[in-house]
Amino acid sequence: MTETRTLPTRYVTHPGELKTSSGRSLRTDEMIINMGPQHPSTHGVLRLEVVLDGEIVVDVIPHIGYLHRCFEKHAEHMTNYQQVIPYCDRMDYLSSMNNDWAYALAVERMMKIEVPPRVETIRVIMAELQRIASHLIAVGTYGIDMGAFTPFLWAFRDRERILDLFEMTCGARLLYNYIWIGGLSHDLPPGFVDKAKAFCTYFKPNIKELNDLLSYNEIFVKRTANVGVLPADVGINYGVSGPTLRGSGVNWDLRRDDPYGIYDKFEWEVQVGKGERGTLGDCWDRYIVRVREMEESVKIIEQALAVLPEGNVQAAIPKRIRPDSAEIYVRTETARGELGFYVVSDGTASPYRLKARAPAFVNLSVLPEISRGCMLADLVAIVGSVDIVLGEVDR
Amino acid sequence: MGLLDQRFENSNVLVTSLEGLLNWARLSSLWQMQFGLACCAIEMMAASASNFDMMRFGVIPRATPRQTDVMIVSGTVTLKMASRIKRLYDQMAEPRYVISMGSCSNCGGPYWEHGYHVLKGVDRVIPVDVYVPGCPPRPEALLEGLMKLQEKVRKESLVKKTA
Amino acid sequence: MTAEEIYKSLSAKFGEALVESKLDAPQPFLVLDPKRMKEVSLFLRDDEALQFDFCSCVSGVDYNNGKLGAIYHLASMVHKHKIVLKAFCTRENPHIQSVASVWGGADWHEREAYDLLGIIFDEHPDLRRILLPYDWEGYPLRKDYKVPEFYNGMKVPY
Repeated sequence: MTETRTLPTRYVTHPGELKTSSGRSLRTDEMIINMGPQHPSTHGVLRLEVVLDGEIVVDVIPHIGYLHRCFEKHAEHMTNYQQVIPYCDRMDYLSSMNNDWAYALAVERMMKIEVPPRVETIRVIMAELQRIASHLIAVGTYGIDMGAFTPFLWAFRDRERILDLFEMTCGARLLYNYIWIGGLSHDLPPGFVDKAKAFCTYFKPNIKELNDLLSYNEIFVKRTANVGVLPADVGINYGVSGPTLRGSGVNWDLRRDDPYGIYDKFEWEVQVGKGERGTLGDCWDRYIVRVREMEESVKIIEQALAVLPEGNVQAAIPKRIRPDSAEIYVRTETARGELGFYVVSDGTASPYRLKARAPAFVNLSVLPEISRGCMLADLVAIVGSVDIVLGEVDR
Repeated sequence: MGLLDQRFENSNVLVTSLEGLLNWARLSSLWQMQFGLACCAIEMMAASASNFDMMRFGVIPRATPRQTDVMIVSGTVTLKMASRIKRLYDQMAEPRYVISMGSCSNCGGPYWEHGYHVLKGVDRVIPVDVYVPGCPPRPEALLEGLMKLQEKVRKESLVKKTA
Repeated sequence: MTAEEIYKSLSAKFGEALVESKLDAPQPFLVLDPKRMKEVSLFLRDDEALQFDFCSCVSGVDYNNGKLGAIYHLASMVHKHKIVLKAFCTRENPHIQSVASVWGGADWHEREAYDLLGIIFDEHPDLRRILLPYDWEGYPLRKDYKVPEFYNGMKVPY
């Protein structure tokens, strides 16, 4: 029974080993610098306290909380369960649809509400469109981190098409409040299915374009392969999930392994990193998993659009949602990993306690483990490859 | 009213006031501080990316406050972040402008009541020139706010303080 | 493994550490002795038949009757079973043994529970506030929390 976590061996620094010509040792001191909270490559208001020996990172201490917006307190103070949904939107603002779904699912499972098949299908379509939009930002901004500006523009060009689809559905570009408890806020507008199909046709060749531009670009591969290796066992021990864990070769996706929605009706594959360009679990693996997941999401959307049933978009739910005194933990797979909601109900109309298990929060906690012994410039690559959203880290 | 349309025909001579020239130069190259706080930052990124192209207004994101003219406070300002924002603002060189983007930085937004850790409006720590409402504002709204700021800069005077 | 089998294998080894259990709940949970969290957790993680390698979530709860609780949601990626652990403490003596050395993921979650609810996790490697500033007073998610009027000269209420 071992208690200590074993760390992967990496090149370590040797302070004090440099010698002058006369044989005297040159002691090198460690330097502490702050990255953030205002730093263009920390993806928000993250502060990293970096301990450096020369240019080699000895330790990283992440400081978070610069965007702590008291989500859990708000959830407790709402007058009913539905009012929490807009705050879920604002938690992980890059995948709002997935957040809404996770929360709605938690309350539905608590109340044992069955939603109509049309709702399930629309939810899958929306969640997968959102996953593509979120991954597009992840790879686009990752390009900027690595010094490539064009992928950012290309990614946003495609993302705007998805946002147009969302906008025609619910009027908002970023924070939708679309998936409600027991259903949706309203039905799909006329013409949505055709436009979504057109988007899929439009988007598929663009993934190849992105691969040619960025993924297999020699400079990009040199910057990301073999950098920030996350071994699978360390990842699991830290509770890392989503593309960050799958990049380490762990075949684990809650859409398949803890099923919710109707994902089991569609044919798609869980993409895992294979260590093609370097060590398994490096930054490039995490990146390429996101790119390949976009392809899978397009597959799911096309299948869902083909089988979209007619019907009601709101299940019969009580006017006031008052679950019996109970508690539930429901987890779903967002673009970043396992988003869990732990809801405690005391029989009143609002949650007694709501805890959000945010994937980016947990993924970020592994950062010190994977960045010790790397160069300072690689730290930017590692932070970008973990793909954090500070709204969710801090809540 | 632009500057170049007052040029004498077929010559490189134009007549304007010094103020007019300075203001024109300032408002046409409002370099923006590249930092995002929350949800609005994504819309700010969208505004500077392909479809909306904020750079055509001369807005170029710079990573350091010492090179910037305008700070777009895009998102919720928390109490932990407020002192940092104040410090960033203090590091910017005059003349400096602040656009408060979104309800959160205008007044606390949806977090106004129970947000024990949210600053209810960034104007409690730094002066704000333009408020852009919305949660989040669309990129078009941010562009509108930027044009409002340009109008404000155009009316500035060297001798009398406007704000 | 069902919750009953998990309960049996645990109670055989740690009789008194298991305070209470509710196996017929939709999500079965076991209540543990807050002072013996670590040894039970180690067994849960390392036993061949259990292998709870994934600590999903640690949530602190204020039950408003002088009792605080930490709820651990565990899952096994190998066997695909789940269990919920609970440990309770009182407001006056809010001590629970930390499991951060067993699951690295519990580290930040426990820090958060300490930050927002004031549960002190004994033997935690780095128990500091995580979301709120270090000079913050009080624990906001406790039910009797009062929002301060000022923080560092900045007015907090609207």
